[in-house]
Amino acid sequence: MARRVLITGLDTFWGGRMAEALEADPDVEVILGMGTREPRVPLERTEFVRADQTYSILSRIVRATQVDTIVHTFLVTDSTRASARAVHEINVIGTMNLLAAAGQAGTPVRQVVVKSSTLVYGASELDPAWFREQTPRSKPPATRIENSLLEVESLVRDFAEDNPATVVSVLRFANVLGPDIVTPITSNLSQPMCISIFGFDPLVQFVEETDVVRCLEHVTRHRVPGLYNVAGAGKIPWSEVAAMCGTRRLELPPVGTKAAAKVLELIGLLDMPPELEDLLRYGRGVDTTRIERTGFSCRYSTPGAVASFIGALRLRRSVGTTPPAYTYEQDVEQFFRHSPAVVRLGSDPTDMAEQ
Amino acid sequence: MAVGKRATDETGRASLVPLPRPQEPPPDDPRLSDVDEWGRSAHIREIARRAYAPMYEHWFRVEWEGLEKIPREGGALLVANHAGAIPSDAPVIMHGIETELGRPLYGLADYFFRTMPVVGTLWSRVGGVTAHPDNAYRLLHDQGQLALVFPEGTKGPSKSYTDRYRLRRFGRGGFVEIAMRSGVPIVPIAVVGAEESMPVLFRLSGLARLLGVPYIPVTANMLIFGPLGLTTYLPAKFRLRVLDPIHFDVEPSQERYSKSRVMEEAEAIRSSLQETLYDMLRERRSIWFG
Repeated sequence: MARRVLITGLDTFWGGRMAEALEADPDVEVILGMGTREPRVPLERTEFVRADQTYSILSRIVRATQVDTIVHTFLVTDSTRASARAVHEINVIGTMNLLAAAGQAGTPVRQVVVKSSTLVYGASELDPAWFREQTPRSKPPATRIENSLLEVESLVRDFAEDNPATVVSVLRFANVLGPDIVTPITSNLSQPMCISIFGFDPLVQFVEETDVVRCLEHVTRHRVPGLYNVAGAGKIPWSEVAAMCGTRRLELPPVGTKAAAKVLELIGLLDMPPELEDLLRYGRGVDTTRIERTGFSCRYSTPGAVASFIGALRLRRSVGTTPPAYTYEQDVEQFFRHSPAVVRLGSDPTDMAEQ
Repeated sequence: MAVGKRATDETGRASLVPLPRPQEPPPDDPRLSDVDEWGRSAHIREIARRAYAPMYEHWFRVEWEGLEKIPREGGALLVANHAGAIPSDAPVIMHGIETELGRPLYGLADYFFRTMPVVGTLWSRVGGVTAHPDNAYRLLHDQGQLALVFPEGTKGPSKSYTDRYRLRRFGRGGFVEIAMRSGVPIVPIAVVGAEESMPVLFRLSGLARLLGVPYIPVTANMLIFGPLGLTTYLPAKFRLRVLDPIHFDVEPSQERYSKSRVMEEAEAIRSSLQETLYDMLRERRSIWFG
C-alpha cells in the first residue's frame, strides 16, 4: 500500500536524512517535509512546507494532504542549540500541536513515529548498568532538556492511549556519533582536549547516525508499535573514546565541576551542557533486546560508531570542513518537481527512485 | 601519534576530494582497552589479584570450608555477613572464589561506591557492580554468573566492635526476591575474622552527615598505626564456611513474589548464618591464629 508520510524538521539533520531514506522507498508515494528553514540536503520528490516551529498550521496540512504517517524527528536534544524557551516551544508545544493534528476527528493518520533520546533516563549513581524501556529513571530530572523530553513522551503516551487504532512508535536513541552529526560530544572529541571528570571513567554507549535513520525507517516501514531503546552493542569507557579520537582528557575537579565548566565556557575553551556532566560521571547504558526482537539490529556497535566518527574527524583535521554541497533554491526545486517541461520517467515513483 | 600519521597517509594526495563513505561497517576491533560492558578490565584484575595474593595467604591466612557447595556453573547468589570499617571480607571472598574455583565473581556494592572518584572507577574495573535489581537479574539469570551480596548493607561494617558477629537486619529481603526472580540458589557464607581486622570503636555521625557519606568510623587501626590505619588491617585469621545452597521452588521471572515468603526465607537465612557464626566462634581459640 502506498504511504503518505509527513516529516517534521526537514531542515534539521534527522529530518533531511529521513526524507532521503524514504525517497528511495517505492512504497512511499508522497513525502512532505516541514521546517522553519530550507532543507539542506538535495531531495528529489519531497515537498517542503515552511512552517513555524510549533506547527500551529499542522491540522490543516494533515487534512489537506491526507498523510497516513507522521515522523516526528524535530525534537531538540542538545541544550547548547536552543534557549530554554525555544526548547519548550519546539519540544513540548510542537509535539502537542502535532499530536492534536494527528488525533483530530476523521484523521487519516495511522502511525506516529517519535524520535526521542535516552536522555529521558538521565544518569545517576543509582542507575542500573542497562536501562530497559520500562525501568524508570532513578532521580528526578534536573535539566530542561530532560524535563521537556519526559513531557513529550508523556504527551505521546496519552495520545497512544486515546487513539488505540493509531500505531505509535517511540524510539529512544543513545548518544549519536558519526561522520556528519554535530553534538556537544562530537565537538568535545574534535578538539585537542575533551572534558572529563577526575576520578570518573564512565561507560558510555553510542549509536551511529546511519543506524538512527535505518531504525526510524524500520519502524515506519513495518509499522512497529511501542517504545524502544536504540543503541550500538557494548559500552566503552570515556577514556578509551578520548584515546581513540586522539584527544587528551582535561580533567575537571569532581567537586565544583559545574563552576569549573563555567570557567571553561566563559573563556570559550570547551562546552559542557548540564546533561553531559552526569553522563561523564556515571555513564549510561540501555538494553536493546526489545528493538532487536522486532527484527532490527544496529550495524555499528558502540566502538564501531566511534570508529566511524574518527574517520571523518581525521579527514576534517586534514582538509578542514567542506562547505555544503547543496543549497535549496525555491524556484529551481519547484521547477523540477512541477514543471511540465521536465521529462519524468513514467509516473510510477519506482522509476524516480531508480534514477 | 598514530592518528596524525594515518590521517596524512589517507588524505595526503587527494586532499580536496571527499572520501566516499564506506558501505560496510568497519570491523569491530578498534578497542584500545579491555574494559568489558560491566566495567571490568581483565588486566587490572590480574594486577589486583597478584597484589592481593600475599595479603590473602600470609596476612589473613584464609581458610575455606565447604567450597565445593558453590556451584561450578550456572548462576548463584552468594550472601555473607559484612564487617570491618572498610570491609575486608569482600576482597577475601572474591579473591578466594576466583582463585580456588577459577570462576569470576561479581561483587554487588552500594551505589555510594560509584560516587567516589578514583575508588568507584577502580572498584568497577576489578569486578564491582552497583547493587541494582536489574544488574543482579542480568548477571544471575541472563548470564549465569556468580554474584556476591551483603544483605546487611552498610549497617554491617558501620556497627561498632561491641556488636561484633551480631547480624544486622537483612534489608527488606531484596536479595531473596532477586534469587527467586533469577531462578538461582542462594549460597550463604559465614565469615569469621573480618570484625577483628578493622574494629570500629565509634562513629563520627555529625561529620558523616556533613560530608554526605554513610558513615565515618574511628577504628582501632587508626589509633595503632595513625593515618596508615586507614588502609592497614590487623592480621586476624580468616575462616569462611560455606552453607548448603538454598533453592527456592518458585517460578522465575515474575514481577512480584509473596512478601511474606520472601521475608520468611530472608529471616531463615539470617538465623542460620548467625548460628553458624556462633558455632565458628565457639570453635575459635585465638583471634589471630584461629
